[in-house]
Amino acid sequence: MLEAKVYITLKKTVADPQGLTIKHALESLEYKEVKQVRIGKLVILQLDMNDEEEAKKRLDQMCQKLLANSIIEDYTFELAPVN
Amino acid sequence: MNFGIIVFPGSNCDHDCFYVIKDVLKQPVRYIWHKETGLDNIDCIIIPGGFSYGDYLRCGAIAKFSPIMASVIDFANRGGIVIGICNGFQILLEVGLLPGAMHRNTGLHFICKYINILTENRDTVFTDICAKDQVLKIPIAHNEGNYYIDERSLRELEDNKRIVFRYCDADGDVSQRSNPNGAVSNIAGIINKRGNVLGMMPHPERSSEGELGSSDGLLIFKSILKACKGLK
Repeated sequence: MLEAKVYITLKKTVADPQGLTIKHALESLEYKEVKQVRIGKLVILQLDMNDEEEAKKRLDQMCQKLLANSIIEDYTFELAPVN
Repeated sequence: MNFGIIVFPGSNCDHDCFYVIKDVLKQPVRYIWHKETGLDNIDCIIIPGGFSYGDYLRCGAIAKFSPIMASVIDFANRGGIVIGICNGFQILLEVGLLPGAMHRNTGLHFICKYINILTENRDTVFTDICAKDQVLKIPIAHNEGNYYIDERSLRELEDNKRIVFRYCDADGDVSQRSNPNGAVSNIAGIINKRGNVLGMMPHPERSSEGELGSSDGLLIFKSILKACKGLK
């Protein structure tokens, strides 16, 4: 069994109004060191398979077909075995 | 002329569209459940607004895989007239019948109000009876209407007059101030290359009778009717 964590974020070229609002909120809490905030999604999938290479291929397909919209979003994923 | 209204779980403007087509436009119309695949005897498909699949993941992302959508794509590719309104527009973007993508309004608010749009291209089956540069008063109701498209594709839209509607003020002035949601170039509605598929965020079905504050939306449905009669 594998567990995948898929992170989906807006592309750098796309304005992120949520991130900007949160940045302003952090600034108003005196966290002046915050230079940028980007909001994304985390999708956690449990995969009934053990072959990591095959899992990566299939995750790529899942991201391209459904999980991310490649026009405005980027994705990355982490893969780890689980019991 | 036969209209078909696609119904997904979570569609909520389907009845408004049905009412306008049947009772205002006096045309035959039927609902088409998203699990159906047949589009026999349909001249125009309306993909209505709402929250298909609860807007889970992204607006329109899951509706894209409903069985009916393969038929809608095929219908559009054969030249059939398709209009996607609000969530319908988002679905047309997700399936790739129209370019670009929608994301969160810049103000982060769900906006529900009357706005004005400039009819920038009246040489389409959707705007044929509009006057040149006519300003239409039509309401919007969305959280994700912030249209995004990369610069190169935007130029392609501009060069081919595929931007049909832009957000403007009551005088037709298109500016940042008249942009309710942050959409690139104030884009409120676009067509595909062939000109038979329109996506628009404003709701013409909510502004098709004077009692509702505006009947400008009816111009769009009447244009479709006129174009279709001409085709036959």
